[in-house]
Amino acid sequence: MDFSLDLLTEAVLFGVLLGCFYAAVSIGLSVSFGLLDVPHVAHPALMVLGAYCTWLVGRYGVDPIVAGICLMPVFFLLGIGVYRFYYETFEKRGSEAGVRGLAFFFGVAFIIEVGLILVFGVDQRMVEAAYIGKSLAVGEYRIPWRLVVAFGVALSLTAILTLYLSKTFTGRAIKAVAQDEPALRLMGANPVRIKQWAFGIATAVAALSGAMLIVVGPVEPSMDRIYIGRTFCVVVLAGLGSMTGTLVAGLILGVTESIVLTQFGASWAPAVAFSLLLIVLGIRPQGLFGR
Amino acid sequence: MKYWIGAAVVLIVAVALALAPVNEYFFFAGYVVLTAVVLATAWNILGGYAGYVNFGTPAFFGIGAYTGVLLFKWMAAPLALQIAAGAFMGGLLGFGVGMLTLRLRGIFFAIATVAVVFIMETLMTNWRYVGGATGLQVLRPPVMVPLETYTRMLFVVMAMMAIAAVSLARYIQVSWVGRGLRAIRDSEEAAECSGVPTLKLKLFACVVSGGLMAAAGAPMPMYLSFIEPASTFNLSYTVSALGSAIIGGMSHWIGPIIGAILLGSLQQIVTVTISGEVNVLVIGVLLVLFVVLAPEGILGLFKRWARTSSK
Repeated sequence: MDFSLDLLTEAVLFGVLLGCFYAAVSIGLSVSFGLLDVPHVAHPALMVLGAYCTWLVGRYGVDPIVAGICLMPVFFLLGIGVYRFYYETFEKRGSEAGVRGLAFFFGVAFIIEVGLILVFGVDQRMVEAAYIGKSLAVGEYRIPWRLVVAFGVALSLTAILTLYLSKTFTGRAIKAVAQDEPALRLMGANPVRIKQWAFGIATAVAALSGAMLIVVGPVEPSMDRIYIGRTFCVVVLAGLGSMTGTLVAGLILGVTESIVLTQFGASWAPAVAFSLLLIVLGIRPQGLFGR
Repeated sequence: MKYWIGAAVVLIVAVALALAPVNEYFFFAGYVVLTAVVLATAWNILGGYAGYVNFGTPAFFGIGAYTGVLLFKWMAAPLALQIAAGAFMGGLLGFGVGMLTLRLRGIFFAIATVAVVFIMETLMTNWRYVGGATGLQVLRPPVMVPLETYTRMLFVVMAMMAIAAVSLARYIQVSWVGRGLRAIRDSEEAAECSGVPTLKLKLFACVVSGGLMAAAGAPMPMYLSFIEPASTFNLSYTVSALGSAIIGGMSHWIGPIIGAILLGSLQQIVTVTISGEVNVLVIGVLLVLFVVLAPEGILGLFKRWARTSSK
């Protein structure tokens, strides 16, 4: 376990790439949980579902990222359906939505996970593409292309979503619903329709996140469990609903995890996100860029 | 009084069964169902009464199991000591998690408990003394005289624990503690304003609930003669504890018992006849169905039925 600067630089480099990837897979949750306050613990399960759909489409020779983008409209509709259902059964009734809403999403996550196991089995699945398996030489370091591709998609996704939320009319409406719902209602807008739209976007982003997931590495049905930690860690650390915060928090998680991975070994890596999450909850629950 | 007679009858039946020439599989399955009763009852103290969702059942269950196996390996501690130490550690963990997150909104508590599960799993995976990732074989000590096998003894022990857990939950429900917890569930601000010591009560519920779950986990290594992290810290314990309480009904102590016996037996049947995966699927589907269609659980359905039939 000797400490070398070279190893550390490499770890940080990988951490930055990994961090952008984590930010991108968390950004959907940042909308649904961060902005809309929906206790969406099934988000990572939807991501894994997206990864498996990408795998299915990918078998016909479609590039995984393209497949992910094609899946987005389907997931968008799915998200609208899920939110509509959640609203009618829980939010509308008001009281006690806390326990039952959480239990509902937890149950949904399990149904998706076990459903995937029953359909695809517990084996790991991966996709083929020109950039998977090759690596890019930067100086003396070799960076796998798959991480670079995920990095690029992640950055563009974050940028597009940030612009969408701050520049467009609907985007601003989504932010408004997060800030003050009664006020929005008084302005004559329908908060439920806006939230439904936003939840659709969050779920569509989950499909693309799933595609990135299967580009970065092989997926298995129970993968959503560890991503509950990673995504919620990023969203809470960012400060609920902050898009720039999500990127910064993703980088912090990525670099920390990468350093722990190289210094202490892979068996400690799963605990990093969860420990970071507990530390944030204990010290600064409003996150870095809290509203 | 009626309650205590009932409890005594249940205990006598359990002991009589353990002494009678019944098929060994009955105790093997019965132990699991009784564990589910303890876990669901413990979950309900915090989740049902106070409205704080704990996803961390396996963390508490697991800390009990690992405390038990650690004491056994280190000094061959008797089962009673393993259970007591396990319960203590579970209570301590509950206190820690509670201190950290109970001041925040409920969802943060829920997420923090998931985090504890994974941190515990990682710690145990990396701890060679208790077997690490590969697990540890446990050699059962000889059984006490009147009972034939060790599994029968564990069955009786778990029956006693179930009765103790239910009695505790029942006491909490009818005492001022339960009233305070219900006030917290309905409106935390209102409860705080009317002088309910909300944080203290929540911490108390968290400690008791965690301690009971850990106590239920302590005999687990003895039951399986084996322990390993991946199956001990499996989130399916969460679904079954939370599912039993919600499906049975969270407002009364009898709800989790109904739910746990129903789900536990169903799980045994499905696992034996179909497969382990389908068994988790069944609970997940039932949980979602109940949460959506019958939010008050079986208890609520029963009450509604009693009301309409009396008219």
